[in-house]
Amino acid sequence: MRVSVSWLREYVDLPAHLTPADLEQSLVGLGLEVESVVDLADTVTGPLVVGEVREIEELTGFKKPIRFCRVDVGDANGTGELQEIVCGARNFAVGDRVVVILPGGVLPGDFAIGARRTYGRNSKGMICSAKELGLGDDHAGIIVLPGASPAKPGDDARPVVGLDDVVVEVELTPDRGYQMSVRGIARELSHAFGVPFRDPGLASAPAGTEAPAYPVEVRDPVGCDRFAARMVRGVNPAAPSPAWMVQRLTTAGIRSLSLPVDITNYVMLELGQPMHAFDADRITGSLVVRRAVAGERLTTLDGVARTLVAEDMVICDAGLSNPDPAAGADAGVPISLAAVMGGESSEVVAETNNVLFEAAHWDPVLVGRTARRHRLFSAAAKRWERGVDPALPLVAVERAVRLLVEHGGGAAGAEILDIDHVSAPAPVVLPADLPARRVGVAYPPERVAALLTEVGCTVVAGPDRLAADPGAVGVDAGGAVSFLVTPPTWRPDLTDPADLVEEVVRLDGYDRVPAVLPVAPAGRGLTWQQRRQRAVARMLADQGYVEVLSPPFVAVELADQLGLPAGDARRRVVRLANPLSEEEPALRTTLLGPLLGVLRRNLGRGQRDLALYEIGTVFHPRAAAGSPPAMGVEHRPSDAEFAAADAVLPEQPRHVAVVLAGEVEPGGWWGEGRPVGWADAVAAARSVLAAAGIPEDRVAVRAVEHAPWHPGRCASLVVDGVTVGYAGELHPAVIAELELPRRTAAMELDLDAVPAAPVRQAPVLSSFPPALIDVALVVDVDVPVAEVQGALVAGAGALLESVRLFDVYAGAQLGAGRRSLAYKLTFRAPDRTLTVEEAVAARDAAVACVAERFGATLRGV
Amino acid sequence: MRECLYAMSYRNDPYDPKQVALLDPAALAEAVATAEAAFAAAANPEELTALRPAHLGDRAPASLARREIGALPPAAKADAGKRVNEARRSIESAYAARAQVLEREQAERMLVEERVDVTLPSDRRPAGARHPVSSLMEQITDFFVGMGYEVAEGPEVELEWTNFDALNILPDHPARGLMDTFHVAPEHSGMVLRTHTSPVQARTMLTRTPPIHVICPGRVYRTDELDATHAPVFHQVEGLVVDRGITMAHLRGTLDHFARAMFGPQARTRFRPHYFPFTEPSAEFDVWFPEHRKGAQWVEWGGCGMVNPRVLRACGIDPEVYSGFAFGMGIDRTVMFRHGVGDMRDLVEGDVRFARAFGYGA
Repeated sequence: MRVSVSWLREYVDLPAHLTPADLEQSLVGLGLEVESVVDLADTVTGPLVVGEVREIEELTGFKKPIRFCRVDVGDANGTGELQEIVCGARNFAVGDRVVVILPGGVLPGDFAIGARRTYGRNSKGMICSAKELGLGDDHAGIIVLPGASPAKPGDDARPVVGLDDVVVEVELTPDRGYQMSVRGIARELSHAFGVPFRDPGLASAPAGTEAPAYPVEVRDPVGCDRFAARMVRGVNPAAPSPAWMVQRLTTAGIRSLSLPVDITNYVMLELGQPMHAFDADRITGSLVVRRAVAGERLTTLDGVARTLVAEDMVICDAGLSNPDPAAGADAGVPISLAAVMGGESSEVVAETNNVLFEAAHWDPVLVGRTARRHRLFSAAAKRWERGVDPALPLVAVERAVRLLVEHGGGAAGAEILDIDHVSAPAPVVLPADLPARRVGVAYPPERVAALLTEVGCTVVAGPDRLAADPGAVGVDAGGAVSFLVTPPTWRPDLTDPADLVEEVVRLDGYDRVPAVLPVAPAGRGLTWQQRRQRAVARMLADQGYVEVLSPPFVAVELADQLGLPAGDARRRVVRLANPLSEEEPALRTTLLGPLLGVLRRNLGRGQRDLALYEIGTVFHPRAAAGSPPAMGVEHRPSDAEFAAADAVLPEQPRHVAVVLAGEVEPGGWWGEGRPVGWADAVAAARSVLAAAGIPEDRVAVRAVEHAPWHPGRCASLVVDGVTVGYAGELHPAVIAELELPRRTAAMELDLDAVPAAPVRQAPVLSSFPPALIDVALVVDVDVPVAEVQGALVAGAGALLESVRLFDVYAGAQLGAGRRSLAYKLTFRAPDRTLTVEEAVAARDAAVACVAERFGATLRGV
Repeated sequence: MRECLYAMSYRNDPYDPKQVALLDPAALAEAVATAEAAFAAAANPEELTALRPAHLGDRAPASLARREIGALPPAAKADAGKRVNEARRSIESAYAARAQVLEREQAERMLVEERVDVTLPSDRRPAGARHPVSSLMEQITDFFVGMGYEVAEGPEVELEWTNFDALNILPDHPARGLMDTFHVAPEHSGMVLRTHTSPVQARTMLTRTPPIHVICPGRVYRTDELDATHAPVFHQVEGLVVDRGITMAHLRGTLDHFARAMFGPQARTRFRPHYFPFTEPSAEFDVWFPEHRKGAQWVEWGGCGMVNPRVLRACGIDPEVYSGFAFGMGIDRTVMFRHGVGDMRDLVEGDVRFARAFGYGA
């Protein structure tokens, strides 16, 4: 909301010299979010003066008609001679007073004005429009001062057009509806500067009369607990809105439409009370305020034909007959979407003579729902949702009527309608020391009472009042000093003691809260899962992988692109009801989808060699989970209730994945680069398990076929017999489908499936010398190396310290389908130097085991 | 070496009177001079070693001379023995001296010959990197763990009840509409992508009893299109303390302490009144950041307040007995102003050049 300081000054005695910085500081200190404070005087620099048009010469022969004017600017030009100015506007005549910027001036947008030759004439300055001065969007013509203006040629034009003002734009928090008005902001400023405030909301207004201003029937006093109205008859339809009103509306970003409508908007800005002006002659019968009937239609002022639902509140013209019997007898036809937007059929038009002003009070929840349902976040709806003072309707109607009579003529009707079902604000019991206990500042009770009184509360002190009637507030004060605090009508947000505590600290000043460091109880540090995740992340970064945090949104088609078979669990996705992109409505079930997208983006940006990793959540819906049970907030849900609700949530295990493309080690002066291969992905998976503290002998790597990997180049990673993930080269079809580099490799593990690291036992180190023996075994190529090695280890017995495959060879002399595996075996005894015979015996036992299991033969040593 | 050992054990050679002349002092002196000249001529340790048999070996003049001592009359033996030993010692020391020189020369030559250009690139393995958001999240977590907090985590697809209701954001509250929430299909599933990490606070209060000191880092979601200042996915860290007698002053003290840890000893916080449904009183807080890229200034940092008694009640904590404070800030935002990141997309898109600029150190 944008308002000018001059308007605020009408209700609060601000210091005469108030800098924009002070203004901003004080508003921010009270919790208003200040978008901007603009001193309009600074927006136009140099000579901006009033001029009187003396001569107009029409220039022809150009694309548009142009005027060459001689303008009296008094002594402002230093010579007293008439100023020659070329002007493209035509909405003025000789004798009109206009706003002239002389050479040397600068308009908003750094638009410097100089003397120049244009349309064949010398033009020394410019006659300004409101838009050029930054005063609004009106660029239809230049500003012509009204006849009543006392300004003389040569006067500074800034005060004349309102450029001597300061404009404040504030953004409001969702709980403080009262601040969305001049009234509310002025009130806050009075707190900030400790200056008097004249509350326009408490202005005297005549009460409702016996006879109604117009027949109105409120059928839902919950949805509408107050409805006030008054008529002004015989208004001059041609009467314009006064310039100051238009100016203030323009500043607030509201377009001037007609005097009655401008007045409703003006009153809304000033008091915070949204209003509506009906053309009384365009309503045929009495007004009925009721809930809509589902399916009823209404064309609102924005020209949109809307279908209503049963919860929408509407104002109806009972003179029109409703074709739907469900609407009830004399239900009328909706002419206004109550509290949100008026309808076209009854709006004020160019011929309107008789105006019916309406100011009501609506249920904030219902208005909020209607606004959201119809996506109609009008200025009125925003105020209703945040709470409007129910005491305002008569004051607002009175203000509107007076303004209309003053500026549009006509006569105010004697009858005033006021249907009032408003209940008084409920008092709140506030222990006097609660603000001090919650904030840590020793507020004396009298300070608490004074501050609450300042915001408009009625504060009744002392336990006596409570002891006399504890039932009235339902709380036994227990002998401690308590206040019974009744919030003002404009503060529906003050319902709890905590709300009152906030008012105390807010007015006393947040900057007065001291800093005291509390001592936490002894903590237990990170959990093992948290430490493990860090170890894995650091290890991968250390091994050359770059961490990525990709959004988890994926296309449903991703499952096809990855070649996931029918029935694969990763095909069952959690879908979003309102995805950002209809293309990506699902949440990932594998990290690889988004991660490969990031890989592709990097390739597109010119990277060739890439190693990426991500640690993140994947989402698997629970089968037939249903909806969580409804749980209230009055008390804690039972453990069973909460467990039942939790069981509905998708499974969300934490995964780790890597993708690799290009060269894993680049070429350089040291030699050729090494391209990415399936083994790098398997190595990454093993490294993750090592970083997770899983001993190597509990990890098995097995050949499997698993999408999206190459069926012949995919390994499963198995810990204690449980598969925790997969690694290898991607399937060539997947690589083609996703347009990835050839041989792209990937790995993905379910970190949550990896067990906790055991407490490892120390080895016994032997200081006796080792015996080193090499063996080369010839086996069928389809015997996995891991199994050959397992057999070697099993056969070698306790003396074997380590085994390492150092060569794999296949050649014609070995025979088709055979290969040679060359191992280095290291034997060592804990208590003696091994003899050659002992070492050879162990070697023979190892070889014999492989021979027995896989038909291996020793290759000529 | 083997030859040498053999020589040492080779004694009492056959007597050979013809060579007695070798014991002549002049002959011995010549043998010494010859050896010294030969050693001096050796250009490297290998050549010197090759000269050893000729001058110190079994058939070397000095060695042969020693054999002749036995043929001398007893009176002359001592004298001759002394001469021979002296000569032999001279040759030995000349050899050793030359060997030392040559070895030193060779060592020096080697150092010259083996010189390389150590400025050649040594990055055989490309550098990896942590994402700066992860690094900062860990840094923040470590700070609070050091103060005795524990780290609480929760699901990203969250119950509407924990994300909203339990936090006093009731279905018709305007704040609920402001949250720009991703809802899980079907409509009214009761599940959302969590819009903040606050549901973790609710979960913590549901499952623990005070005193509670937790920090909740995590990923959150809002329906904002990705642009320079918005992302649909970002990260928050929130803190929650619930105990007897907790005040807003404690909140302030904690955040000031935290601000100094993050932004240096000059940093401090400033509170502005604000509205959050789950805290009352509530504040937004700014931090004075002396090292801001655009000069020292206040930067909007996060939101905080005293836990609303309604929230405590919904989570089973008696607000008459306990009070608490909560605070939270965006990690991505903090990374942006702390490190001068101009475009939020850089944090989301995963361009390796971005993360690499931050490395993976602490």
